Amino acid sequence: MLLWRRLAALRAAPGPRRLSVAAPRPGPGPGAGKAEAAGGRAGRGPVPGPSGDGDGALRPLYMDVQATTPLDPRVLDSMLPYLTAYYGNPHSRTHAYGWESEAAVEKARRQVADLIGADSREIIFTSGATESNNMAIKGVARFYKSRNKHIITTQTEHKCVLDSCRSLEAEGFRVTYLPVQKNGLIDLKELEAAFQPDTGLVSVMTVNNEIGVKQPIHDIGEICRARKVFFHTDAAQAIGKIPMDVNDMKIDLMSISGHKIYGPKGVGAVYVRRRPRVRLEPLQSGGGQERGLRSGTVPTPLAVGLGAACEVAQQEMEYDHKRISQLAERLVTKIMSEVPDVVMNGDREHRYPGCINLSFAYVEGESLLMALKDVALSSGSACTSASLEPSYVLRAIGTDEDLAHSSIRFGIGRFTTEEEVDYTVQKCIQHVKRLREMSPLWEMVQDGIDLKSIKWTQH
Amino acid sequence: RILKCYKLWHIYEPVFLLFTFRTYAIRRIRDAFRENKNITDSEKIEELVNKAKANLEIIHRQVTIGQLYSTQKLVIE
Repeated sequence: MLLWRRLAALRAAPGPRRLSVAAPRPGPGPGAGKAEAAGGRAGRGPVPGPSGDGDGALRPLYMDVQATTPLDPRVLDSMLPYLTAYYGNPHSRTHAYGWESEAAVEKARRQVADLIGADSREIIFTSGATESNNMAIKGVARFYKSRNKHIITTQTEHKCVLDSCRSLEAEGFRVTYLPVQKNGLIDLKELEAAFQPDTGLVSVMTVNNEIGVKQPIHDIGEICRARKVFFHTDAAQAIGKIPMDVNDMKIDLMSISGHKIYGPKGVGAVYVRRRPRVRLEPLQSGGGQERGLRSGTVPTPLAVGLGAACEVAQQEMEYDHKRISQLAERLVTKIMSEVPDVVMNGDREHRYPGCINLSFAYVEGESLLMALKDVALSSGSACTSASLEPSYVLRAIGTDEDLAHSSIRFGIGRFTTEEEVDYTVQKCIQHVKRLREMSPLWEMVQDGIDLKSIKWTQH
Repeated sequence: RILKCYKLWHIYEPVFLLFTFRTYAIRRIRDAFRENKNITDSEKIEELVNKAKANLEIIHRQVTIGQLYSTQKLVIE
């Protein structure tokens, strides 16, 4: 019965009023007089966002889930108690605040471990996948440096992996950056050929964040286990979206990111196998928390959020995967049927369907992104989008310079609707056609001139 | 009883303010009920109904929070 009353209060509360952005905001203060039950005042809270946008500026659709994801309400719901009432430090052993915090962190640890088929003692909470990657690569390399001085990785890894390897090279390690084939997958024979007697670590990401290809992790795991080399995978984009099992896939180290699976930003985890034991040299020294591998107070609300996100992902994985595949199919078929000369970067079959990277020939990528201002898209990973160069991943899979410049990445997630996909497709087709009309290169192609045969004069 | 639960959920539909969560909730709830409609084992039904009640509470709390921190509508609305 109480539920009905609260429900009525919610419905009676006025909807969001469209205030002018320029006017001074009435904060939650003046509304405090209306002391209702849960419904309360439906006023404007502190609203960040571009000021001076004018009245009722509408927000763009979010199609960039590879960059980050919205926080699932179920995850936020599990985090809030630890942000408000239960604020203890999980490492305080002497009082109830510490004990309840610790219990929550352990529960989260178990939830993360269940998602990947690991034991909860093998999960270490970190500040994100970047820190996890750094820990795994630098930590393993430095611990075993007396025996193993060689590391194998690929050219399409995330920046943090490549940068860690580069800093290890400066410390005296040798690194082999495996090239990828045109479809984005590595060649297993090349991988086998790259092994040397003192190879200590192989690092290959499961699902690429720019082109969405899924590497053959099973096979790589077999190869590494046979040669007794540690296998690290950056699974930030794959976790919670495709089934991962560390024992099945023979993974020794895995990096997990919170904000890619509808969890909070600022938290991640690293899986470090215990049997056979993988030893790491810790990056962060301190009080010996997290098995001595990562000192520092574990942020309880964030860890709880990560755990909840993993649990939700496990329950929703099949449902989400089916939906996302359908929406991705819809997006790709619609765009490709209406617009000629569109290339999908990355293998068609071995991919995660929610990450689609399309190159539109004869159209400049930046101008297309600017034109699609009602849709939040990106053309390359968020980490590299500040520079003017095309993405190194596209260069590694061998796309031509001009196609690499005109690539757009569409991300489809749990919350993406059919209408959003249709709207995006419609706007995309419209703008590509418009930009091509304006392009002299397109005219030349229409006339049948082969662009590669032209000798451009230098001025 | 299950029908009563279902109706309750549907009343909440328009209240979720953020487009993304509103559409997700509607779709997910409908599909979840549809998927489970053939289950006859009473223990399983009890479990599912309890889960549904818990989710209802979560939605209720999150809807309130969403209203407190509301923002502009999406282009598509």
